[in-house]
Amino acid sequence: MTDDMVAQLAAFIAKNILKTPNRVIAPTEALLSSGLVDSFSLVDLALFIEDKFGVLIEDTELNAANFDSLEQLAALIRSRQ
Amino acid sequence: MLTLTGILRNQFQTSPAQTAITLQQAGQADMPISAARLLENAAAYAALYKRHGIQPGEVVILILEHGEQLVYSFFGAVLQGAVPAIMPFLTEKLSPERYRADLADLIAITQPAAILTYPQFEVEIQAALVGTLTAPALLLTSEVSGPAALDFELLPGSSCPPDSVAVLQHSSGTTGLQKGVALSHTAILNQLEAYRTAIRLTSQDVIVSWLPLYHDMGLIAGFLMPILSGVPLVLMSPFDWVRAPQRLLQSVSQYRGTLAWMPNFAYNFCTQKIRERMLEGVDLSSWRAIINCSEPVRWESHSQFLEKFKPYGLKESALQTSYAMAENVFGVTQSDLTRGPLLDEIDRQGFLHQHVAQAAQDGQPSMRMLSSGRPLANTEIRISGEKGRILPERQIGEICLRSNSMLSGYFHREDATEKALRNGWYYTGDYGYMAGGELFVTGRKKDIIIIGGKNVYPQDIEMLVSQVPGVHAGRTVAFGVFDETQGTEEVVVIAETDEQQPEALQHIADEVRRYVTKNSAVALRLVQLVEPRWLLKTSSGKTARAANKEKYLAETILDKP
Repeated sequence: MTDDMVAQLAAFIAKNILKTPNRVIAPTEALLSSGLVDSFSLVDLALFIEDKFGVLIEDTELNAANFDSLEQLAALIRSRQ
Repeated sequence: MLTLTGILRNQFQTSPAQTAITLQQAGQADMPISAARLLENAAAYAALYKRHGIQPGEVVILILEHGEQLVYSFFGAVLQGAVPAIMPFLTEKLSPERYRADLADLIAITQPAAILTYPQFEVEIQAALVGTLTAPALLLTSEVSGPAALDFELLPGSSCPPDSVAVLQHSSGTTGLQKGVALSHTAILNQLEAYRTAIRLTSQDVIVSWLPLYHDMGLIAGFLMPILSGVPLVLMSPFDWVRAPQRLLQSVSQYRGTLAWMPNFAYNFCTQKIRERMLEGVDLSSWRAIINCSEPVRWESHSQFLEKFKPYGLKESALQTSYAMAENVFGVTQSDLTRGPLLDEIDRQGFLHQHVAQAAQDGQPSMRMLSSGRPLANTEIRISGEKGRILPERQIGEICLRSNSMLSGYFHREDATEKALRNGWYYTGDYGYMAGGELFVTGRKKDIIIIGGKNVYPQDIEMLVSQVPGVHAGRTVAFGVFDETQGTEEVVVIAETDEQQPEALQHIADEVRRYVTKNSAVALRLVQLVEPRWLLKTSSGKTARAANKEKYLAETILDKP
């Protein structure tokens, strides 16, 4: 289940945020602190999570202190499902 | 003639208790700051600058995030007669090495007397100062504790000559940081007078802004104008807005905001990312003008925005435009708030091939142009053709302007100043035409790319791409391509490489994206690697950006099914 969530998040980020669908993102790769996902795309990520997993991520939580990798993000989502 | 300090003094004496700024920070209670509180805290910074021997006319660079200390330290410099310059704070996107290098370049040219930052950031700044010839004093916000007594008689800002430089304003990137726009007290106050008249600003207005203060639109329209005019300002952080664009609308509703400025992309951003559940109880009927400026204005962006927010009381008449630039302090033109910008449907062929904007003809392809309004009362515009010929209405040429609010010059850059100012006219590098007394901006002569209102210099990007292993140094080009969905430009990079293996190509492209993003803070997505000699060069060996852009667009269109 977890892997599936990570894969869905990775596919969304690669296709819709990075615009390079073939880009492989490792589950532990830094997303925010590395600048890979820029601040203008964070809302998109939050809205995708809301639609796909039914979990609300507050805008004040959209920073590297709360999650920086796919693994951490998936854990955050699961903790609220 | 007045100075900024003269105006602040007047406000302190007549309405000290009036709320000057309501500072918003996500997750915290809103903080109202009265004129007295603002100036007494600014006085504490003025005292700090004085203790460190900062003289009137010397530059103080502020490296602080959105918040109280930035606001206080800025006006502290003004009171001390020093020249504040706000530098963007280091973000996750930018590599610390690049940030240091940019800062070192800025210091070398600007030669500031001091840099102010947080204690936590001291080490970072010190690292940038290594090797600079004239190291500025490094001041920390922790050296200031609470407000100080104000004695305007003793403050050097009270005796500044009106034509002395009051503020320095930089745009971003290596190239931008090396060209600080120096603005005098007189220029700023003349601009404010002309712009206030154009928008009919009154004390009943409330300005709401999420714009960064290191940008001219944020610094002037969203900071200095309201504060110096005694108009309440609700100021939120750009970092908070970008994570939750609905905050702008919620603040307008909560504080009965009447005016806001934003670049074109922000209309698309708000339209696409705000959901109904975020707008419960929001009432936008107080909003009398949302002024689109800093990047080309699009009718489509206005129309989406209106459709989305009309149910919340947004008035169609609130959608307005302006053409603005730091070199004129801010506004050059402003649409007439009583009837909005003009919409001009022009013939596409004439526009593309003859540099004229003729009325569209039946059955012929056309395009919709939105005006940026009329020149401000203090500003003259003319459209200049080849060899300096002044062009008549509806002919497209370079926009030139002359006013009593122009820059004093690019700071310590006589060469750049001389290039831009000719016989008292500032050559903007933007193309446009006049029709019905209004200005229509059509494009740019300079290759500058504007992303979300932020200027990006292609030479900065190209230099970075050339440093990536596998790319032919000097055989690379960067340009902007308009993205309809986002309502702004996206950077495209084309680079030549000898590599042919798909995996190796993928690796180089990834590396180009990563390296450019980390070193320019520009999110780079569109990277195309091409074989040697793909790029077109001019006879002098320079990369012809426009020609390569055309070639790229032609190929991209052919690729599409």
